[in-house]
Amino acid sequence: MNSNQLQHQVLYMRRSLFDQGYLDSEQLIQLEDLQDDANPNFVEEVVSLFYSDSARLIQNIEQTLSNRPVDFSRLDDILHQFKGSCSSIGAKKVKDACSQFREYCNAGNAEGCSRSFQLIKQEYETLRRRLESYFQMVKQAKAA
Amino acid sequence: MNLNNDKGSMSTASSSVTVSDQFPAGLRVLVVDDDPTCLRILEKMLGTCLYEVTKCNRAEIALDMLRTNKNGYDIVISDVHMPDMDGFKLLEQVGLEMDLPVIMMSADDSKQVVMKGVTHGACDYLIKPVRIEALKNIWQHVVRKRKNEWKDLEQSGSVEEGDRQPKPSEEADYSSSANEGNWRTSKRRKDEEEEIEERDDTSTLKKPRVVWSVELHQQFVSAVNQLGIDKAVPKKILELMNVPGLTRENVASHLQKYRLYLRRLSGVSPHQGNSFISSHSQEPPYGSLSSLSGLDFQTLAATGQIPAQSLATLQAAGLARSAAKPGLPMPLVDQRNIFSFDNQKLRFGEGQPQHMSSGKQMNLLHGIPTTMDSKQLVNLHHSAQSLGSLNMQASAHGNPSGQSSPLLMQMAQPQSRGQILTETSGGQVPRLPTSVGHPILSNGAAGAMLAINGIGENSRGTGYNSVSQTSSVLNFPLNHSAELPGNSFPLGSTPGISAGMSTLTTKGGFQEEINSDIKGSGGFMPSYDIFNDLQQHKPHNWELQNVGFAFDASQHSNSLQASVDVTPSVLVNQGYSSSQRNVQNSNVSAMGKPIFSVGEGSEHGIALNVGQHLNSLLVDNSTRVKSERVTDTSCQPTLLPQHFGQEDLMSAILKQQQDGLGPAENDFEFDGYSLDNIPV
Repeated sequence: MNSNQLQHQVLYMRRSLFDQGYLDSEQLIQLEDLQDDANPNFVEEVVSLFYSDSARLIQNIEQTLSNRPVDFSRLDDILHQFKGSCSSIGAKKVKDACSQFREYCNAGNAEGCSRSFQLIKQEYETLRRRLESYFQMVKQAKAA
Repeated sequence: MNLNNDKGSMSTASSSVTVSDQFPAGLRVLVVDDDPTCLRILEKMLGTCLYEVTKCNRAEIALDMLRTNKNGYDIVISDVHMPDMDGFKLLEQVGLEMDLPVIMMSADDSKQVVMKGVTHGACDYLIKPVRIEALKNIWQHVVRKRKNEWKDLEQSGSVEEGDRQPKPSEEADYSSSANEGNWRTSKRRKDEEEEIEERDDTSTLKKPRVVWSVELHQQFVSAVNQLGIDKAVPKKILELMNVPGLTRENVASHLQKYRLYLRRLSGVSPHQGNSFISSHSQEPPYGSLSSLSGLDFQTLAATGQIPAQSLATLQAAGLARSAAKPGLPMPLVDQRNIFSFDNQKLRFGEGQPQHMSSGKQMNLLHGIPTTMDSKQLVNLHHSAQSLGSLNMQASAHGNPSGQSSPLLMQMAQPQSRGQILTETSGGQVPRLPTSVGHPILSNGAAGAMLAINGIGENSRGTGYNSVSQTSSVLNFPLNHSAELPGNSFPLGSTPGISAGMSTLTTKGGFQEEINSDIKGSGGFMPSYDIFNDLQQHKPHNWELQNVGFAFDASQHSNSLQASVDVTPSVLVNQGYSSSQRNVQNSNVSAMGKPIFSVGEGSEHGIALNVGQHLNSLLVDNSTRVKSERVTDTSCQPTLLPQHFGQEDLMSAILKQQQDGLGPAENDFEFDGYSLDNIPV
């Protein structure tokens, strides 16, 4: 693809990330604004931090969920953190899934929690994939 | 902030608002958050604001850093939810040990949590995801705090001034390493002062008799609050106050009077206080707490709240409705609340002390230093609401606290709220939404408490912390009695009431100044009846000297452009002399920064309609304080048109005087006040 087409691709992907609710446009723009010559890859850097942090949190949730009895308050804590993390990059769908999890948590519904957890993981994976292709496309467009 | 060091001119000291051109660049921020993503983003954002950022992901580590490098940071930003230590705990520690401003942040925006932030003393509360705009203004908290410190220093001693005068660059230079020097210098100075005090020597000030000015009284009150009314012993109070030349005997006798006053006030009906609290709690959670709530109050409280009298007034006035607009931090403080505020920190909602009994009536407005001159209720209104003379009259009715003057407290509401709640009626302390530091003048005759809450709104929507510090303190020029016959309430000049404020000043003296620019010049004599009464008719004239409001205006009327010159003088009782205030204000205005803490000159229409009908206010509780809307953001000098007839005021005041302090119950029933036009 030529440069123009790449640019278009980028815009298109970006647009759909927003429209489909994966990412919050405002937040992404904020992050992009912070990017500058001194930190040309700031957005990606932040997103990577998000990935690693999320991996850790997901693992924690997994562990806590598997314990008996289920420690709901601890789960709530973890989820709170996860939510905060999501909002930093504007990961909307993941964040919503976290909210849902928290509700089950508050209700003491372990089964509901488990299901929500699956949803969280799913959304997280999807987002991750989408973001990775997006950034790749951005790089390509830049290089072109 | 350049402090001019001339001793004589208070202006410099107090102002200290001038900052170097670079400021706030170089502000040293310590950010604590266990979330690495967020931490990194914050670091970058703060860097973009040209701050000097240190990040930390553990609270314990942060504390260590703060301890080892005591003067190494200007402000701390911390997450609420952290695994190793609760953010609030960190907040408390920092407040205690280092006394730095702390901003809390969280993804949680529930009211309770935000409230908790307030009560624990956070100077602001940010909701995640944090926007860079919110961070751009955090420097205001630092300035505010320093300003207050300065005030304390300045106030305390003329003798010390010379020594203490900080170098001009001291205050101003945030960006330079001189910054540290500044802090150290101030601290050193404080130490020096303490030493002097401890010597209990009068050599520095050899006045035979201490004049309990408004500022001084506020310092006193704040010290008492800090210690707890029960445990407040003269020696400790003296230490806390740190006023050179003040002797323990002075403090002891003043304390005695104060206790009497409090006892009298303790009869205030409880539900005012409740209303206050409840009203307050109704406040919508603010995303970012503008200082007002938490901070201001604290500051206010710390600053030595209003002298009892003002408290009364404040109570009356303040507690009025909270309804102000959302986001308005405590609006008028309910009388009860005010009085009941026992603990030094006014915590909102936290059991706002309804117990005023403890005698610390001090902060009627939470944290809002109510200046004592009850008369001074300054209403900061955006929209020219004229605060009806706050109960100046009311006080006349023999309200005990004489504070009929509705204490208009304007709590600068963070978040650009233009609403000004001025509930002057009955001395309520109106909450002035944003509009930069609306000075709240409590014109209750009784110590009008000017609570000028730094209405952060100034043009900046971003969380202005309305620092309510301004409680315009009424200066009690003890010797002012001369001004008003008997009571000298110069209420007339409701602060901020620029033009024609004169009405407030009943006494001629102030009037002049107040006219037209709210110059509070000379402090109105706010309902100083209360004081009079309290003092057993001692001629304590708690004049509202520059009650934060531009009353001082005389000094720099221009400082606050908007007629509301409510210069922060009202702010915090720091007894700044009006000149100081003005200077400050002017500086503030000069800086063009939104009002720093407390009512800095916010021109915002602080409509202080002080004491229009104090009496009526008190009595009916339905008085409306007509406060002019003083400049809504645009600082127009709207000062209220005097709604109060001077005559009225005067008579009210006089009457009050005659009646003496009424029963302790505070008759200011400010809760009935309805602010009529609260500019929104």
